[in-house]
Formats: sequence, C-alpha cells, structure tokens
Amino acid sequence: MTTVENGVNVQALLDARTALQSAPEAAQFTWRATSKWDHGVHSTTRVQQFYGLGQEQSHKTESVFDADHPAVFAAEDNGITPIEYLLVGLAGCLTAGVASVAQNRGIQLRSVDAVVEGKHDIRGILGADSDVRNGFNDIKVTFTIDADASKADIEALVAQSQKRSAVFDALTNPTDVTVEVA
Amino acid sequence: MDVTTVVIGAGHAGLAASHFLSARSIDHVVLERGEVANSWRRERWDSLRLLTPNWQSRLPGHHYEGDDPDGYMTMGEVVEFIERFAAVTAAPVRTSCAVTSVRRVDEGYVIETSTGPLRCRTVIIASGACNRPVVPAFSSALPSSVEQFTPFDYRAPSKLPEGGVLVVGASATGVQLAAELQRSGRPVTLSVGEHTRLPRTYRGKDILWWMATSGIWDQRYDEIDDLTRARRLPSPQLAGTPSTLDLNALTDLGVQLVGRWAAVRDSRALFSGGLRNVFALADLKLQRLLETFDGGSPVTPTRVPASSRLQLDLGSGEIRSVVWATGFRPVYDWLDVPVVSAKGHLEHDGGVLASPGLYALGLPVLRRRKSTFIHGIEDDARDIVDHLSGHLSGHLAG
Repeated sequence: MTTVENGVNVQALLDARTALQSAPEAAQFTWRATSKWDHGVHSTTRVQQFYGLGQEQSHKTESVFDADHPAVFAAEDNGITPIEYLLVGLAGCLTAGVASVAQNRGIQLRSVDAVVEGKHDIRGILGADSDVRNGFNDIKVTFTIDADASKADIEALVAQSQKRSAVFDALTNPTDVTVEVA
Repeated sequence: MDVTTVVIGAGHAGLAASHFLSARSIDHVVLERGEVANSWRRERWDSLRLLTPNWQSRLPGHHYEGDDPDGYMTMGEVVEFIERFAAVTAAPVRTSCAVTSVRRVDEGYVIETSTGPLRCRTVIIASGACNRPVVPAFSSALPSSVEQFTPFDYRAPSKLPEGGVLVVGASATGVQLAAELQRSGRPVTLSVGEHTRLPRTYRGKDILWWMATSGIWDQRYDEIDDLTRARRLPSPQLAGTPSTLDLNALTDLGVQLVGRWAAVRDSRALFSGGLRNVFALADLKLQRLLETFDGGSPVTPTRVPASSRLQLDLGSGEIRSVVWATGFRPVYDWLDVPVVSAKGHLEHDGGVLASPGLYALGLPVLRRRKSTFIHGIEDDARDIVDHLSGHLSGHLAG
C-alpha cells in the first residue's frame, strides 16, 4: 500500500479526539479578534491570541486584516468587505476538511480548488427594502478536485467535510450573538 | 438466593433470554412492569406496522406461520406473536412487577420491585432502548398555542388539531407520521437532519432481504469501525408498506422539507441551511450500500426544494402542532450499579457489563448490526446466556 501524503497529521487529530472525550473542559476554545476603527468604513482587525486546552495559546505571528468597502460603495477600498471574510472562512474550513478527510481515507490529493460565491441583495443593508435580509441570500461553493479517487469518493469527501466544518455550521445554523458596550 | 437469574423486561429480548436460560436449566424469573410485549401494546401509534417482513419475524424455535410472508405485522399481530412465544416457551413471567432498584451485593444482586425484593446471582437487563422520547430543550420555548406531541402520545391524525403540523425528525417514525398527517389533510412541514435513506425494495426484493443476504446484519460489534456512531444511528426511513417512503415520496405527497431545527428565537423556529448536504450524505451512503449488494444501480438523488424555508413563525397560526420524532432513550434511573455513562447509556462490551453477572440485551448493535430487530435477538441471547452460564460455573467452582 502506498503512503498517502496530504500534509495533514490525522493521527494527532484522532489522538486528540480520544483524549478530549474524557476531558471535555480542555476542548473549550475561545477564538479572539480585536479591531480598531481607522477612518471611514476602514477598520483593522488583529488576530493572535486564543484560549484552548486549558490555557492561553498564541499563533506564531500576528495576522492583520483590513476591512473596507470598494469604490462602488463610495469607500477607499483599503481591504475586502467584511462579508467577504465569511467566504474566506468558509473556503478555508471546507478545504481543510477535504484534506483531512482525504488523508484519513487514504486518498492522495493533487489539487483542490474552490470557487465560493455569496449572493447578496444590498437593498437590505441600505434599508431600501425592509423585506430584504442583510446577509447572504445563498452561498454556493464549487470544488474542483484532482485526486486518486472515483467521482463518488470525491463527492463523499466534500460531503463529509461539510458535516465536520465549523464555518459551514456557523453559517447554516443560528448562533446566539451578544454585542455590548464595555 | 431467591433465584439464580432475574431478567428485566418481557419483550422479545427478555423472552429470548428466558428461552436459552430454560434450555440450560438455569432457574430464573422475568420481571415485567406491565404485560408481555408491553411497549408494543402501549407505546406505539395505531397504524404502525413492523418494519421487517413477516418471513423475517422469528424468535428461537418460533416463526411466522401465516399466509402473507411478504407482509408486515400490525402492532396487534406483533403482540400476539410475542405472547405466543412466551406461552410456548412457558416463560416464568411475573407481570405488573416494576423494578425500582438493582444493587450489587457480595453474592450477586438485590432487586427491589413494586411487589417486594428479590436476591439473585445474575441479571439480564432487557428493558428496551426506547423508554422515553427525546425532545430538544428548546421545546419549552414554543408558544402555548402550538400543541406538542411525542410518538408516545400520538395515536392517529385525528388526535391533532386541524391545520399545519411541523414534524421534527426524518427517521422511520418521522417519515411515517409526516405521510399519515399529510394524507389526513393537515399540511406537513418536515424538519430533516442526518438520516438513513432506504428503499423498501431493491430489484424486486425487500431491502431487508438484501441486508440479510449480504451479511451486513450479521456483522459483529467488534468488527465495526465506529461502533459509537453505529449504535446511535437513527432508524432508517422505512415503513411496513410495500412502497418506499423516502423524502422524494413525501415531496410527492406535498410535504414541505426544511433543514434541521436548530433553535427558537422570538417564537420563530430557525432551521439549518445545510439541507443539501444531509441529502448528499444519505444518497451517497445508500449508493454505497447498494454497491455492496450487487454492484448497485444509480440512486435517484433526493430532490432539493426550490427554496427551503430557514424560519417559520410559530405564532402565526400556520403551525398548530409539533410532533417530535427526535428519537428515544433508555431509562436506567433504577439501576444503582455504576455501569451507566454520563450520557445515560449502558457501558457494555457486547452486552457484558463491567459488573460481574450483569448483562444487557436488545440494545442497538449490542453484538451484531441486527441486534434490535426481532430476528436479531436469537444469536445475541444465546451468546449472553452462554457467558452468564460460564460466569455461574466459575462462581460455583470458586
């Protein structure tokens, strides 16, 4: 049997699953982002620290994200719009899932590409029509995958990656959100 | 000691255990809170028929003898079938005897019952896997104008108010109730999470014939990759009728499909937008199953509604009742032996519990995939009684 190498340490993930079954408190993570208003509709958000496995954790380096709006919104376009970050999150999460599941199932990947499109009626956020929602009306993800597997196995990979995706769940199911002033 | 073995529950599992105990001349008593086959009598809706065909209905030394081998028994017929087995095997059943506590003592166990205590060396728990319907916590947030039912209170559509019904869950119970309520003229919305799709027949034969012939049903618990998952799989979308009752059939009847019910907010039911993926998962799994039978033939995809609703206003009057087909759980509040997990399930290795002389029967994938089905109990009961007998001889020798 040839060894499949997609670069995912599946054994570590399986070990963590076993370990956390008897230690649910260690499985409680808090992800954090801190943002600062720059000017206009431009803000900068930084991500580095998070909490998990019972203690403070840190990414190797800080990541900085500019959020703004494009010129057609009469803005300066210093970065992508906040709702586009949701597409970034979804693409990253599903792709990570595809790689992990493929590794676990012994499927060698050669390329995984995804196009993520979110349909958005901006009359909602503009208050132009109260019947239109603010968020996406629908999202479509199209994967193109080259792998040593049948079409059915590839479809099963993609289905399983949705089943275990944090961002897919966060987008398809309601989440209780609290926003307050400190 | 009052008796060597106490069996708790006189359903098909407890009675099968009794049959093998008698065969080994192990003196025992079967304690039953109600009557023989109690839950088949009192905890099922009127139109329910057994999911397995008559030819497959068999208990040790006892099988269907009617003239409709391909039919499906009504609940009355199931009760008769089990009662006849109890009579033929002369099972020592003590009815109207509810167990209130099981406690370990040096030599075995003390069983407290509604008719007094009993001491024994060994116990077989055959009290069933479906003692109580499971209902999500947010059911308490529904407006009082919406009547709520579980499969234990539901008998027939006429018991529900006229008007829209939201059926929650698309396993065997959910799809059957959705179909019968829609046919009664009540517009049904069905909330669908992960499910197991099965056609009633495949290439002219009952799907359960294929399951038996392919050997899937005999697959042992210690040969299954993800046993935890296999043990909590919802029942497949089957009905005791000659035709298939899958989501496409329900769509044809006019049932409206929505995603898994995730939350209630301001009297609005919020459904998951992940419906397409639960369809894809079920279709792929069915395709793989058919391939293991005979190479398979292409599965018709589950049709995705043109636009599935993500929310529903429960205060608008559109929905007058909610039926929770969200599963069942066993109840072990009477079991004072530390063998129950934090999630309320028995911790066992193929029905053998960590407390010596204590056994379980009739739970999902207990020793084989077929464990919870009527015809699946024979092999499990034989194995468990073999183990129990070995325990007793060790005990006597020691």
